[in-house]
Amino acid sequence: MAETYLDSTELVLNMGPQHPSTHGVLRVIVKLDGEKVLGTDCVIGYLHRGVEKIGENRTYTQFAPYVDRMDYVASVSNGLGYCLAVEKLLGVEATPRAQAVRVILTELNRIASHLVWLGTHALDIGAITPLFYCFREREDVLNIFEKYCGARLTTHAFRIGGLQYETYEGFEKECLDFCDLFLPKADEYEELLTGNRIWVDRLRGVGVLNIDDCKAYGVTGPMLRAAGEKWDLRKAQPYSGYEKYDFEIPTGDNGDNFDRYMVRMEEMRQSVRIVRQAVAGLPEGPIMAKVPKVIKPPVGEVYVSIEAPKGELGYYIVSDGSTQPYRVRVRPPSFVNLQALKKMARGCLVADLVAIIGTTDIVLGEVDR
Amino acid sequence: MPEEQKPEGVQGAGPAPNEPKQPAAEAAPAEAPAAAAPKPAAPPKPAPKPPAPPPPPPDWTGDLPDALKEEFGEKVSEFIAYQGQPSFVAQMDAAYEVVETLRDIHGFDYLVDVTAVHWPKRDEAFDIIYVLYSFDRNERIRMKIRIKDGQKPTSVVEIYETANWLEREAFDMFGVEFEGHPDLRRILMPDEWTGHPLRKDYGILNMDNRWVQENLGIESGQ
Repeated sequence: MAETYLDSTELVLNMGPQHPSTHGVLRVIVKLDGEKVLGTDCVIGYLHRGVEKIGENRTYTQFAPYVDRMDYVASVSNGLGYCLAVEKLLGVEATPRAQAVRVILTELNRIASHLVWLGTHALDIGAITPLFYCFREREDVLNIFEKYCGARLTTHAFRIGGLQYETYEGFEKECLDFCDLFLPKADEYEELLTGNRIWVDRLRGVGVLNIDDCKAYGVTGPMLRAAGEKWDLRKAQPYSGYEKYDFEIPTGDNGDNFDRYMVRMEEMRQSVRIVRQAVAGLPEGPIMAKVPKVIKPPVGEVYVSIEAPKGELGYYIVSDGSTQPYRVRVRPPSFVNLQALKKMARGCLVADLVAIIGTTDIVLGEVDR
Repeated sequence: MPEEQKPEGVQGAGPAPNEPKQPAAEAAPAEAPAAAAPKPAAPPKPAPKPPAPPPPPPDWTGDLPDALKEEFGEKVSEFIAYQGQPSFVAQMDAAYEVVETLRDIHGFDYLVDVTAVHWPKRDEAFDIIYVLYSFDRNERIRMKIRIKDGQKPTSVVEIYETANWLEREAFDMFGVEFEGHPDLRRILMPDEWTGHPLRKDYGILNMDNRWVQENLGIESGQ
């Protein structure tokens, strides 16, 4: 008799789409046995805006601001990838000064993106304070963006062939000031979290994804590095002059949530190193390469990808020789990484599922496009 | 604004890689009258135009194309390196084996992307593009297959788990069905949606009005 009552029964639950810990409108259908997750199925597409379709109906120049709206916390990276892809199609390269400024802004954006991740993820786990600290430092980065191009979030900072704007008076100093300010702050976050017993207990050994799984699922970025693969497109296939800068690729050993946290923390410090080098070696010269007013790449197709804060962000563009792309395909890191959730979540507890979604670092604007 | 004439005049773009000379030959007579249509004769004008004939992209040579040619013979072709990016075309029925060989023997252990391109005027209306990367070789290649509307390429989910969502997206956006896919459902559009938005005959203002009315309670999304 008691057995029938105590028999565990499977329960199918909906998590999201309106749920604070899904970082947007992600709906996860969770199959549960008590607290244990037996399986998950993601339902996505709530933010689908048809970005790729829009791209086919805009000129190359007109489409550039749209890509900022995919991964909106790392809009500079999106813009960089798109500009590089179109430049590849055209067979032009940005000028040295433009490349260096691009690197500075992209790395600052990487820090800002990781800070949003850290703050919100800590909030998911129950640590409220880091959110305020992270957003405080992020504000400094956004102020630099705002002074540079007038926008804080969807910046449209780059143009095909280089930059629209020369840097403003005091740009270098503000970037360096931020670097000086940021490093001790990063230590402060670590002081709050790294040794914190609750934090460690919640993250360590949870959501493990080893190297083979990462490759099978196409997972890239900090998640792949946390599993121990020393792979970063900035080193593997340098673009925009990254080969000139000296920086390390942080890796983890276990591929669990905690390693992903440590990898992202270290990446922010490495970004500071890159920004300092780029500012120190900022060349003089024009900021725009010779690019025709009307951009009309020759018939052809290219795939160009960059190391965005979340992983490999690729653009596959097919040109038919007209002023509009025949096809723009975005290979979004969040979308591909999210697919591995079912692998990571199997067998964990519901509360850990929140932590796993957190360290996957998805932005639904990019998942759904 | 709907700008839907795009599919026109793109005929030459598809076959460009395999027959590089052909579009060039066509381009001169086809473009000149179009450009100078309203005003008199074309002959004087086309003189500055001819930069159009693009040089054929360089061949992709090396041990990998040789090995693939040896193993698959006629079924793989068009090894080119446009802008330094190696790519080739495989026949639909050989695609699965080619991908398997690439992973197992040549070390392409990371499927970066699967996507499609619609060429409505072509008999083989869809290109399916596989972007592959090898960590050991630090090399990225592209494989393309051309299929007719309704043909079903074999799913590569069994080789790369990541193809699951990528193929679902290609199905959702283009209506290309992958044979043997374990879970071929729409992924970005709602399940009950009709039509495949990234097809060229699906205008940018098109939508499934029935779905919009039933689910959003409004007359139209426009």
